[in-house]
Amino acid sequence: MDNFEVVIGLEVHVQLATFSKIFCSCPVDPDAPPNTYICPICCGYPGVLPVLNKKALELAVRVALALNCRINRRIYFERKNYFYPDLPKNYQISQYKLPLGEEGNLPLGERKIRIKRVHLEEDAGKLIHKEKYSLVDFNRCGTPLLEIVSYPDLSSPQEAFRYLNELKMVIQYVGASSCDMEKGILRCDANISLRRREEKKLGVKVELKNMNTFRGVKEALEYEVTRQKRILEEGKEVIQETRLWDDKAKKTFPMRTKEEACDYRYFPEPDLVDFVIDEELIKKEKEFVGELPYLRRERFKKDYSLSEKEVEVLISQKKLADFFEESYKFFPQAKKITNWIIGPFLELVYKLEGGWQNVKISPKKFAQIVDYFSSGKLNNLGAKKVLDLALTTDKDIDEIIEKEGLAQVSLEEELERFIEEVIKDNPKPIKDYKEGKRGALQFLIGQVMRKTKGRANPKVVSSILERRLK
Amino acid sequence: MKKIFQLGGLQILKEIEKGNLSKEEVYHHFKERIERIDPLINSFIEVYDYQSTQKGVPLAVKDNICIQGKRISCASRILSSHIAVYDATVIRKIKQEGLLILGTTNMDEFAFGSSCENSCYYPTKNPWNLGKVAGGSSGGSAAAVAARLVPFALGSDTGGSIRQPAAFCGVVGFKPTYGRVSRFGLVAFGSSLDQIGPITTNFSDCAYLLNIICGFDEGDSTSANIEVSDFKKALIEDVRGLKIGIPQEYFQEGLDEEVREAVFEVAKSLEKKGAKISEISLPHSQYAVATYYIIACSEASSNLQRFDGIKYGYRKDNKDLLDLYKETREEGFGVEVKRRVFLGTYSLASGYYDDYYLRALKVRTLIRKDFEKAFSCVDIILTPTSPTPAFGLGEKIEDPLGMYLSDIYTVSVNLAGVPAVSFPCGFTKEDLPVGAQLIGRPFEEAMLVKVGYTYENSHKDFFEKIPPLGDG
Repeated sequence: MDNFEVVIGLEVHVQLATFSKIFCSCPVDPDAPPNTYICPICCGYPGVLPVLNKKALELAVRVALALNCRINRRIYFERKNYFYPDLPKNYQISQYKLPLGEEGNLPLGERKIRIKRVHLEEDAGKLIHKEKYSLVDFNRCGTPLLEIVSYPDLSSPQEAFRYLNELKMVIQYVGASSCDMEKGILRCDANISLRRREEKKLGVKVELKNMNTFRGVKEALEYEVTRQKRILEEGKEVIQETRLWDDKAKKTFPMRTKEEACDYRYFPEPDLVDFVIDEELIKKEKEFVGELPYLRRERFKKDYSLSEKEVEVLISQKKLADFFEESYKFFPQAKKITNWIIGPFLELVYKLEGGWQNVKISPKKFAQIVDYFSSGKLNNLGAKKVLDLALTTDKDIDEIIEKEGLAQVSLEEELERFIEEVIKDNPKPIKDYKEGKRGALQFLIGQVMRKTKGRANPKVVSSILERRLK
Repeated sequence: MKKIFQLGGLQILKEIEKGNLSKEEVYHHFKERIERIDPLINSFIEVYDYQSTQKGVPLAVKDNICIQGKRISCASRILSSHIAVYDATVIRKIKQEGLLILGTTNMDEFAFGSSCENSCYYPTKNPWNLGKVAGGSSGGSAAAVAARLVPFALGSDTGGSIRQPAAFCGVVGFKPTYGRVSRFGLVAFGSSLDQIGPITTNFSDCAYLLNIICGFDEGDSTSANIEVSDFKKALIEDVRGLKIGIPQEYFQEGLDEEVREAVFEVAKSLEKKGAKISEISLPHSQYAVATYYIIACSEASSNLQRFDGIKYGYRKDNKDLLDLYKETREEGFGVEVKRRVFLGTYSLASGYYDDYYLRALKVRTLIRKDFEKAFSCVDIILTPTSPTPAFGLGEKIEDPLGMYLSDIYTVSVNLAGVPAVSFPCGFTKEDLPVGAQLIGRPFEEAMLVKVGYTYENSHKDFFEKIPPLGDG
């Protein structure tokens, strides 16, 4: 960015993966039909009172710990007052003066992006705008929401993109949220400003909203960098404002607002008491944090001689990395296990209805398949077939091979009969081969494979044929 | 033989259990009485049809407590068509006990007021003098019980809303310790101050209702998980050695002479029975009214934001969202509600927060400490409930500050969260009841019941006297 330095801070909201809402017992389900998971409490009926879902607090503490935050041991909630139809009480129960976690960080390669605060609050509902009227869906009201605010430490849209991915991985690793941005489970607003390299003071900041994907965040920031740079180069000043990203036009536009200063009139929520985050809770949640993705990445690079790309795929999901390490215990050949995970295994998982949830195969059995492939007991096709059959059942591998007749035939005596037949039935290709057409051999091997229903070891077939046809 | 209405709630229960009275007979007796007498005082908002219940003793409920399937208006236009979709915790307990919920009683809109004149329906009049107010905000419940239109009722008390009308109407009104009774289902006014409590004609009935409604509720995070003793066991005459404190700040300028004398008579009477009277000081009392109105209005301004015309209640339709909010609330709320919402919004506004709300919280702590200190020397505190007997209808409606000052002896109790009860201790020359207030240590409601009961035993006439409303 030649003469200009880019300064970016991100404000991320993540819905926590609790079964029920933060202040009532309604289920949390982003896919439910409108206004089905609602009750007098989350709809703000007269006389109702909130009761904190302890699970939400636990998950919030867990994420704050994973982000190396200082945990405030005594926390309370506050009311953020503003009128909007998706907010039934017209105040949001949130945290303001004393967030649950403060002064954390997220390592990003060599850098550490500082986290300013992590606080717990309730989500609002959703407005659905029709041509002449608007509808409200209160399902989302009261979904536990964690706000994670970074310092303006990010120096490029690309770095912001990496931060988001890393943050998402950390939260997924500790089991606090799926972080699915397309479903709105993770939402992100960005602050961005530019300043000349020699300038100490921060530039005028613009807030960006309405990005629906990580890529959208990156594109919106890239657009803003270009826009703000042009303004500054023209010697003009950037206007401090909120701009909305239009993903179709690939541009940001100023948000139209009535010029009214908003005073949220925060004050302590009198319907809730103070909550003490004790040593026991911290200890318990620390255990759930476990090994974070950036640490695992380094360890994988060190412990298994894998490529950077391979490591990145393996650690992208905790389950996958765990599966790799468990399988490795039974068949300690990292490269082979990795090839089979990144290749056939993930291919099958992506195609599988319900995805990961329905994967039943144990790492032990998976390792067994890779082992059988390596030793030649199964050929490539056979191994894939066995994997497919064991994936959702965790059936005994030997039984599958037996039942499906998939054991690779390597014994020459067994193969001789099939090869004899193929030689007899294909005089033309044999002639071709003898005349020096190497390609004919592949055809003959294919014929043997067909006769053996794919079970023959192609290497063995090849060497027998070569010997016979000399 | 006494007539049904002359009996207390427990006495009626006994007669029903003995078979001397039928539940229908009791219901129709009170229904007929309401139809005949209530047009004079306007204490009820709605009277329900007969419903068979296990015990059958009727009870009235202030119109800010949710009863499933019934209209709950808080005496406000903005909610006048609203049907509660669930039972408040206290209502669930009342139903479990098998009492008959007779109907809902009038109140100041959203419990904002000390006279029961700020109702969207009609003011409730004092049964002892139809030119006087019933007090507020639970004026409907107090007047109905005083006029014996129902044996007992539930009210809510944020700054004296049970005790002051109880004093004005000559009945027993009890505000339990904050956290003692679940607030779930009580339409919030000042969330850190509100408590539901019983209004009865005597301490036995009071203990009976306390036994039903007190106790921990996991649906209310501010509810106290502290064991509740059986209040029936507190119905004993025993004040020997009891240390009663009289706060000097409560007997200064502005206190009506007749009220002062009546309260001193209570002290003398208890002294005669063995209690020890001493003067104490609650030095921050003079700040209580200001502190109370800042905190209560701040909380109320936020609590009442949900009444916006979007989800339930009154809506003034408008194509513009902001105008819809403004007009709905402009037309839906009464003058006093708007005044308090403004006051509260102002106190919480950035730039004012520190000087008003935050400072009020600090003074609240000082007031709480006043009580803690006092209770290290005495067991119980005796004060007037209100500086005057019931004032005239319309007398203070144009004088909000004067109205607020009538809460001077009751608001500190809510700020400190301690329990208190108002009970009848005599009548003025004008034949208006006078109320005395006993304040106790947190969660020592039983002590208040015991002292009140002791006093009642030797002053039954104050408790049994019934206002002359054309009953022969």
